[in-house]
Amino acid sequence: MGFYALKRLISLAVSLLVASLVIFLVVEVAPGDPASYMLGINADPGTVANLRAELGLDVSRAERYLDWVGGMLTGDFGTSYTYRTPVAGMVAERLRVSLPLALYALGLAVLLAFPAGIYAAARRGRAGDMGVMAATQLGVAIPNFWFAMLLVLFFSLTLGWFGAGGFPGWDDPLQAIKALTLPAVALALPQAAILARVMRSSLIDILGEDFIRTARAKGLSRRQALWRHGLRNALIPVLTIIGLQFSFLLAGAIIIEQVFFLPGLGRLIFQAITQRDLIVVESVVMLLVFAVITVNFLTDLAYAAVDPRLRVRR
Amino acid sequence: MTELLEIESLGVAAGTHRILRNVSLRVAPGEILALTGESGSGKSMTALAVMGLLPQGLAARGAIRLDGRDLLGLAEPQLCDIRGREVAMIFQEPMTALNPVQTIGAQVMETIRVHGAAPRAGAEARAREVLERVGLPPDRVPLTRYPHELSGGQRQRVVIAMAIALRPRLLVADEPTTALDVTTQAQILELLRGLVRDEGMGLLMITHDLAVVAGMADRIAVMQEGEVVEQGPTADLFAQMRHPYPRRLFEASRHRAALPPPAPDGRLLRVEEVRRDYPLPRRALFAPRAAHRALDDVSFDIARGERLGLVGESGCGKSTLARAILGLEPVQGGTITLDGRPVLDHGRPDPEVRRRVQVVFQDPYGSFNPRHRVGRLVAEPFHLLPDPPRGAAREAAVADALTAVGLRPEHAESHIHAFSGGQRQRIAIARALIIRPELVIFDEAVSALDVSVRARILDLIAELSRQYGLTYLFISHDLGVVRSITDRVLVMRSGEIVERGATEEVFDNPGHWYTKSLVAAAPVLPPLEGGGKTDAGHDIP
Repeated sequence: MGFYALKRLISLAVSLLVASLVIFLVVEVAPGDPASYMLGINADPGTVANLRAELGLDVSRAERYLDWVGGMLTGDFGTSYTYRTPVAGMVAERLRVSLPLALYALGLAVLLAFPAGIYAAARRGRAGDMGVMAATQLGVAIPNFWFAMLLVLFFSLTLGWFGAGGFPGWDDPLQAIKALTLPAVALALPQAAILARVMRSSLIDILGEDFIRTARAKGLSRRQALWRHGLRNALIPVLTIIGLQFSFLLAGAIIIEQVFFLPGLGRLIFQAITQRDLIVVESVVMLLVFAVITVNFLTDLAYAAVDPRLRVRR
Repeated sequence: MTELLEIESLGVAAGTHRILRNVSLRVAPGEILALTGESGSGKSMTALAVMGLLPQGLAARGAIRLDGRDLLGLAEPQLCDIRGREVAMIFQEPMTALNPVQTIGAQVMETIRVHGAAPRAGAEARAREVLERVGLPPDRVPLTRYPHELSGGQRQRVVIAMAIALRPRLLVADEPTTALDVTTQAQILELLRGLVRDEGMGLLMITHDLAVVAGMADRIAVMQEGEVVEQGPTADLFAQMRHPYPRRLFEASRHRAALPPPAPDGRLLRVEEVRRDYPLPRRALFAPRAAHRALDDVSFDIARGERLGLVGESGCGKSTLARAILGLEPVQGGTITLDGRPVLDHGRPDPEVRRRVQVVFQDPYGSFNPRHRVGRLVAEPFHLLPDPPRGAAREAAVADALTAVGLRPEHAESHIHAFSGGQRQRIAIARALIIRPELVIFDEAVSALDVSVRARILDLIAELSRQYGLTYLFISHDLGVVRSITDRVLVMRSGEIVERGATEEVFDNPGHWYTKSLVAAAPVLPPLEGGGKTDAGHDIP
C-alpha cells in the first residue's frame, strides 16, 4: 500500500509539473505579450512598458517560469493587476465559499444517490426501479440554474425559510450554512441523478457476478449478498464519478454562484477573464489543476482501499 | 437405504419452453451421484433447482426432498437457512466464485457466521480447521490472503472449505474441476472423495467428463435435452448402456480420428533457442525490474506434412509460443523461421510469412466479429495476399472453404450468431484454410466443445489432412485429444520443453517425471463392455 501511494504521489508531482509548464506557455504564446494583451489595443506605450516592468517581463522566460513556480510554492501567487491585492488572499477568500459549497453539494449528492441507486438495483426492472430511473432522467435533464430559481421562488419568496442570495461570511456558521443550502441543493440534484445511475448499473453488473451466487449458496439472503459482497465491489466506478464531480463543483458552480450572488471561485475566474487579469487567471487555473490532480490522487488511494488487487499492480 | 436427496418429477419451464422434464434422482448419504450430459442438457439447472437458486422467472414443479422435507414448498428465509448449512454448492469457475475484495478467511467464516453457528472466535477456529482439511494449512496460506493471491486450484479449495464449513449433509458440485489443470483436477477429485468418505456427505456431482465420472461416481445419471435418459450404478451403466445417447457420448469421448499416415517432407518451421520474458511490476521504487520467463530456450522443428502436438498445463507458455510463431509477440532471444525466413522482420510480422501461417483459437464465440456475415469473416485472410481474388472468384473461394469444412455455400450469407459452437469452429477452420496456409496452429481449438462435436471436428481435421496434407501445431491441455490427432508431441512445463518424441511413445512410456504425472493424473474411461469404476492412472485410451 505504501509503495502504491508513493508511486501515485510521484505521478501527481509529475502531472503538476507538466500542467504548470503548459499553463505558463499558453499565457506566453498568447498573441502579443501579456502586458499589451492586458491593457488592450489602444494602450499608451508608456503604460505598457511600466506594466512589463511590473510583471517582470524583461527577464528571460526560464527565469520568469521559475519565479512563478517558486512564488506559488511559497504561497505568493502574484498581485492582481485589476484589484491591486495579492492573488493568494483573493483566492483564499473565495475558497472559503467554494470549497464548503462543493463539499456540501457532493455530500448531498452522495446521500441522495447511494440509497436511490442501491434501491433501484435491488428492484431491477420493477416499479421502484422504473420510478427512480425516471426521476434521475429528470434530474439530469433539468438545467440547474432553472432549478435554482424554482428553489428561490418556493423556499425564499413563498416560505421565507432561506435567503434568496448573498453570503454573510463565516462569523455565524449557522447562517453561512443556511446561505449555502439552496445553492448546494441546486448543484447536488443533477450530480445525484448521475451518481445514482452509475451506482445502479455498477451494482447490477456486480449482482450478476459468480461470487454473488456463491454468497447466496452459503445461505445469505439477496439483501445480505448485496450489502456484504455487492456494494464494495460496485464502488470503483462510483468513486471515479465522485472524483470528477468534486473537481467540477469546485470551479464549475459559476452559474449557481451568479444566481445566488455568492462570492465563489467561479465568479472570480469569470471576472478575471473579462478584465484580462492574466495574473489571476494563471494562478487560479493552476490552483484548480492542483485541486483536480489532488482529488484524482485521493481517488486512486480510495480505489486501493476498496480493492486489494490494485495495491500490488503498477 | 434411506435417501438424503430425492428429486421427483422435477420440471422447470421458461414460458412455454420446458428446460427440465420429469427429472427424478436420488442421492443417499455417503453416495456420489454423477449427473452428466452435454451442454444445455439441464445438468446445471437441476443443481440450481436443488439449491433453490433458479434464475428469476423460472419456477420448479415436482418435488425436491431433503431428508423427506420438500424444498420447493419452503419460503425464501427457510431456504436461506438450509443453504450453506444442510446443502452446499461448489461452482465451476474458481477464478470468479470468490469475492475479490474480501480475504479468504472472512469468506469462509461468513458461512459459519451467517448461520449464527459460532461466535467470532469459534468461527475463526473452524475456518482454520476446514482450510487445513481442504489442503490450505493456515500457517502456509494465512486467512488474510485475498483470492487474487491464490492459484486456481487453491481458490477451488477455498470454495470447498466455504461449502463444508458447517458439515452440510449434501454437497452439490457443478463442474468443480473443469476449469482446472489435470494434476490439480486429480487432487480436487481426491479431496471430494475423501470428504464424502470421512463426513458421510452425499455428493451430487455435475460434469460433462465421462472419464471423471467413471473414476468418481457410485451411480450415474445421463441427461439429454432436460430429461434423464439413463441412470444406474456406474459399473452397470458402463457395462450395459441401454439407451443410445449415453453410448454415443461414450464413444465420442474416446473417439480417435483416423489420421492418414504422416509423410514428412523437409523442414518447414524452425524454432531455435527462443526466449520470451515478461517484465514484472517493480517490487520497490528503484529495484531492478524482475522478469517472468515465459519461454526458456525453446527449440524444435516442424517438417512439412507433420502433425505436432504441444501439451502442458495452463500458464506453461503454450499460447505464448503460438503467438511468437505467428509473429504477434517479440522474443528476447533465439529465432523463429518459416522456410528459412524469420517470422519477425525488424520487429514487425513479415507479411510473406504471415500468409503462410494461420490459426484457430479456442473460443468459438469470441473470435468473430458479430456484425459481419460469414462470407466476409471467412474471406478475412485474403487481405494478406498481394492480389486477393475479387467478385465471383472470391465467392467461389468462400464457397469452397465452407464446403471443405462440411458447411454449405449459402451459409456465407448468415451472421455468426445463427451457428452453434461446433459450426463456428468449422467456420474458424474455413477461415484459416481459405488462403491455403502451409502451417495451421490449433490453439485449444476443440477444448470448449462438447464431446460429440469435438469428435466431429477432430474427424474434420483428419479429413482435411488427408485432402490437403496439412501441417499443423496442435496445442491442448487434453492428452487424449493430442494423442488422437498428432504424430509427434512436445511436453512443456514452465516455459521449457521437458520431453519430446513420437506421441504414442511419449504417452505410453513417459520419460520425464512431469510427463509421468500428467499421464497419471488424466482420468481414464473404462473399456465399454464390462468393467466399472477404474482407478485414475494407468493409461489414456
